[in-house]
Amino acid sequence: MLYYILRRVLTMIPTLFVISLLTFVIIELPAGDYISNQIAALRATGESASIAKLEFLRAEFALDRPFLERYLIWIGLWPGVHGFDGLLQGNWGWSFEYEKPVAEVVGPTLPLTIVLNAATILFVYVVSFPIGIYSATRQYSWGDYGFTFIGYIGLATPNFLLGLIMLYFANLWFGLSVGGLMAPEYIGQPWSVGKALSVLAHLIVPTIVIGTAGTAAMIRRLRANLLDELHRQYVTTARAKGMSEPRLLVKYPLRMALNPFIADIGNLIPSLVSGSVIVSVVLNLPTVGPVLLNALQSQDQFLAGFILLFVAVLTLIGMLVSDLLLAVLDPRIRFGRKG
Amino acid sequence: MSMRSESEHYVNPEAFNPSEMETLSPAQERYYQASQWQIMWWKFRRHRLAVWSGVILILFYLCVPFAEIIAPYAPNQRSNDHLYAPPQTLRLFHEGSFVGPFVYGLKAEVDLETVRWVYTEDRQDVQPLRFLCFGSKYRFWGLFDASFHLVCPAEGGTFYLLGTDRLGRDVLSGLIYGARLSLTVGLVGVTISIVLGLFFGGIAGFFGGLIDSAIQRLIEILRSLPELPLWMALSAALPVTWSPVWIYLGITVILGLLDWPGLARAVRSKLLALREEEYAKAALLMGATPSRVIRKHLLPGFTSHIIASASLSIPAMILGETALSYLNLGLRRPAVSWGVLLNEAQDISVVVIYPWLMAPVVPIIIVVLAFNFLGDGLRDAADPYK
Amino acid sequence: MDVLTIDGLTVDFLTGEGRMRAVDDVSFSVPRNRTVALVGESGSGKTVISQTIMGLLPEKAQVTGGRVLFQESETAAPVDIAALDRKGAKMRAIRGNRIAIIFQEPMTSLSPLHTIGDQIGEAAELHRDVGPQEARELTREMLRLVRFPDPARALDSYAFELSGGLRQRAMIAMAMICHPALLIADEPTTALDVTIQAEILKLIKDVQAELHMSTLLITHDFGVVANMADDVVVIYHGRIMERGSAQALFAEPRHDYLKALLNAVPRFGMAEGERLVPIRPIEPHAEGFLKKGRSERACAAGAPLVSLTNVTKRFTTRKGGFFLGKGGHSVLALDTVNLTVRRGECVGLVGESGSGKTTAAKAVLRAIEVDEGSIRYDCGDGPVEVGSLKGAELLDYRRRVQLIFQDPFSSLNPRMTVNELLMEPLIIHNVGTAEERAERVRELMRLVGLDPRFLRRYPHSFSGGQRQRIGIARALALNPEFILCDEPTSALDVSVQAQILNLLRDLKTELGLTYLFVSHNLAVVDYIAERLAVMCRGRVVEIGSTRDVVENPLHPYTRALLASVPEPDLNAPLDFAALEAGRASEPDLWPEPYRLVDGVRPALVEVESGHFVCAPGLAGNSGSLPMEAAQ
Repeated sequence: MLYYILRRVLTMIPTLFVISLLTFVIIELPAGDYISNQIAALRATGESASIAKLEFLRAEFALDRPFLERYLIWIGLWPGVHGFDGLLQGNWGWSFEYEKPVAEVVGPTLPLTIVLNAATILFVYVVSFPIGIYSATRQYSWGDYGFTFIGYIGLATPNFLLGLIMLYFANLWFGLSVGGLMAPEYIGQPWSVGKALSVLAHLIVPTIVIGTAGTAAMIRRLRANLLDELHRQYVTTARAKGMSEPRLLVKYPLRMALNPFIADIGNLIPSLVSGSVIVSVVLNLPTVGPVLLNALQSQDQFLAGFILLFVAVLTLIGMLVSDLLLAVLDPRIRFGRKG
Repeated sequence: MSMRSESEHYVNPEAFNPSEMETLSPAQERYYQASQWQIMWWKFRRHRLAVWSGVILILFYLCVPFAEIIAPYAPNQRSNDHLYAPPQTLRLFHEGSFVGPFVYGLKAEVDLETVRWVYTEDRQDVQPLRFLCFGSKYRFWGLFDASFHLVCPAEGGTFYLLGTDRLGRDVLSGLIYGARLSLTVGLVGVTISIVLGLFFGGIAGFFGGLIDSAIQRLIEILRSLPELPLWMALSAALPVTWSPVWIYLGITVILGLLDWPGLARAVRSKLLALREEEYAKAALLMGATPSRVIRKHLLPGFTSHIIASASLSIPAMILGETALSYLNLGLRRPAVSWGVLLNEAQDISVVVIYPWLMAPVVPIIIVVLAFNFLGDGLRDAADPYK
Repeated sequence: MDVLTIDGLTVDFLTGEGRMRAVDDVSFSVPRNRTVALVGESGSGKTVISQTIMGLLPEKAQVTGGRVLFQESETAAPVDIAALDRKGAKMRAIRGNRIAIIFQEPMTSLSPLHTIGDQIGEAAELHRDVGPQEARELTREMLRLVRFPDPARALDSYAFELSGGLRQRAMIAMAMICHPALLIADEPTTALDVTIQAEILKLIKDVQAELHMSTLLITHDFGVVANMADDVVVIYHGRIMERGSAQALFAEPRHDYLKALLNAVPRFGMAEGERLVPIRPIEPHAEGFLKKGRSERACAAGAPLVSLTNVTKRFTTRKGGFFLGKGGHSVLALDTVNLTVRRGECVGLVGESGSGKTTAAKAVLRAIEVDEGSIRYDCGDGPVEVGSLKGAELLDYRRRVQLIFQDPFSSLNPRMTVNELLMEPLIIHNVGTAEERAERVRELMRLVGLDPRFLRRYPHSFSGGQRQRIGIARALALNPEFILCDEPTSALDVSVQAQILNLLRDLKTELGLTYLFVSHNLAVVDYIAERLAVMCRGRVVEIGSTRDVVENPLHPYTRALLASVPEPDLNAPLDFAALEAGRASEPDLWPEPYRLVDGVRPALVEVESGHFVCAPGLAGNSGSLPMEAAQ
């Protein structure tokens, strides 16, 4: 088991490298960089006074070096102007737009991003599990049809549209904004019980909005998995032992269907994180989503790069957790069976 | 030990007829001679919801070639007299007597307190719709000028079934033109994704070994990335100076570029499974070349699966385009797509006053639902020998 | 007294096309402490009867008539199981407690996520009112009863850690733990190797004697019936054909169906030239191209056609992984195999699963590369190394050597018509014009006894036997000289098996074919092969004429194998006492001079004319091999 965990964590390292490289390539795709674009703009307007300063900044951030060098400096495997000073050393880079270190810009949004995503995953688990079981065990009942239909609608409604619709009705009926992650009076205040409760209350709507599609998908998968398992021979064996149906259901097929269920959550995490980014923009939540959008639009490359990397790492950790859970539950994985 | 040494010896009096061959009914004979596509079609046809979804999608896709004719207005045609005009109700009876399809004219006033246009129906102004008529001008497929429409407003009248936006552009016409881009984005993107998926999945499944594990790792990594932020970053990289057509192509390439891993994985596993099928081995042992085995035994085995899984990834692409355009990162006016139209609905305070700006939500949900049902039906029918 | 009395039982299945009668007015009874065998081919309804008794019928099945009376003891009141609610408490109190069942597939019958101890003890907890600790104790006791090597450790192991035989033992322990009055064994040994089958049959007998219970044994194998049953019920298409004591039925079968069935089972010691009588015989008549081609390349029968010399193949299972996973373990699939097939003969290659017999066949087909040794094939002008064939030569080899697959369902592409299937080899080898090809295909159909009108159909419209005939026709399409048969009848019913065996035999004489017939079924090989090679753990342990090997087996493994085959003959029962639990297939445990340890080459020694046995101890110095054995 320890060996498995070690292996699983170690395989993440090359993945992280590939992802960081990919991220860097993507944020470098637009022509030029933030500063050279500014320089060009200043040249066009004839203002050349501050160009020298910008040129200095450009060298300072190593934007004048070749691509691979820039990448290695960014992640901290190559000495920049101030020696090794990159992601690996804990320097998240500089935001040109905010003229602040990236850490200061995104710092306050990170905990909320993590909380929001964790809450969504929890929501998906908690809601889809009982409904999935209900649908599978009462196949073709009215309840099953009802949940299936709602599930389809949930699947077909993109979460940002759902957010929009919810915003609309909240505004129409209650005249209030469901946006934000806490009541306005708590913004900038130190943490207190009241603030925490306010955050929790504000989490409800975004969690539902982000989680609906995922929940619908999970219900369908759990239902299908469970129906598959219900027809397996070992279920007949258990029934032949004289077990009662509910007890049998919980002990065998449900236990078996749990594994793909957890594995599926791992597959679902990327889309949940995706959803949280856009829903945050729509609902104006102080997560990394809106910051990312701004950074991309203004070509604030280090800020955008860091956020992209952050959400990628977030999904990787989510998948790691789901894999480890799976190993705990499934002796076949635990024993490292070949096959 | 045996308590009843002589068990009774029972013999069934009926004779046994070894050549008890059932005669075939014509239906059976037909089934026995049916090819895989025929059996798939029979299987698919039983899936009512999928068939209806298919019909609905065909209707939607009719908007793609004939948008100019179906839409009463051009998508970017402004009407300064009708900013934020509410939807007009289609009516048949005027003061109790049958007139045929018509709308009442709109009267506009400025509410000085809120500084907004307020529209009222003019109950005397009956504007009967014209059908198969000549109305606003357009350039059909950008090739030649024409003005023929399926339906036009009365001469000098208006026909805003779904209202107008802040510049007085007809929302319904926007939807019809928008279908052109929104609906094809998925098709083009899926085509790109299929090509990439077939290529990578194909070489991974066929060659195996190091190539396979390298591609597998790549797929795993790509699948572990959240799509939307990547889409956002990539579309942000599209130069603003590009024309709408190029942006459109760029977006489809971006969507297809990130979608292929799922398909490649399906291709690979199906290919591996089919390669292990004994009939494929049989052909190889008969001396068939690998290309013949692929053409005759592997491809026919998984085309249906590819079509089914592709149809399930189209809705994700449609939604992707919508999200990007909604965020101002995708298509922009003058290009019209459902996402571009939704862009108008970004400010929630405006939406509360003019809720019809959310109209594109409806076709999006219908199309995505229909694709999901269709895909489900196709997937169920894809393996007729199960 | 009868523990179980079935009276006029009728079961219908509600399908999309309407009602289907699966069991039609069936009556029989299972007396106390006796074993009743319910015998039938696939689709005869025997499993439906077992499901009815257990109350495990699927939702769409309906008992439309009759009673299933279960009476545990003289004093107890009989219960009509058919009238009970299948999921109700009354049925549950009987199921697993008073009536228990063993299934065919020990692989899938156990949950992979729960320990063996948990799954076995569960039944005790359910019915015997014991706590977990006591249940564990009882389970250990039961595992000892079914002779688990290490019962204490087995309690905490998972199903996937056990071999097939041990899993079936675990299933038996599970069924026995409540000391049921009636045991239903539904094809309990069909998925197992023959030596393990004998052990499991013995175990069932022992346990039955110890716990005083009745057994309903469901099987298709008359060998198993002859060894186990007191009474026999023969069922066909849901109806009972004949019923009576085993003595009566074997000695004097009366119904045509039973007579036909018994005539179709291959037995040891059939007279030379004696034929099986299939229920639906076909007579192949070679004509046209098949005949024409023959006379031209008349080669001396008896000359070596294929010879394997010191062929070794090692499979390495590599553990995946980027960083840490290194090394794996390797299995010696073929260890210095020497074997010669002469033109015009049929050599049987026998062994249990994992013996390497299929690997050997694949090596001859050049479907896999061998690590060491050589395979030579003689096309008529001297032996050629098969491994070195290229281009046109390889294509010619592919034409000469054909394969008949084990599974008639997966070996035919379901997306092609029979016509396309039979055309394919002709197209690949570019034989003849379109008309000639069409003529050939029709001829092939007639040859295997199929109506040429079926050419437009797809494989899904044929039964297993018909499909296998299509497979044979495809193998013959190129007019080959050497055919490898890879367990061609193991997926078929007995009556169809006889038909296919006879067809293969007739084709061999008509067309002068050479066969390498791979099988696990000794009786089948005995019927069709002139010479026999026995394989165990990748080694050939004995080769000789079939008669010599069967009548005078020398190698301990061959002896064990032959001793384990249940014969459909009451006068030749298995000698259960002589079974040596799994020892025979362990090369380290073979007695001298047969013992093999690592590094010792499995040398073949000629004991009598043409009869070789693997005995390194007799080979003089074990380093050198005696001259090629099977010449």
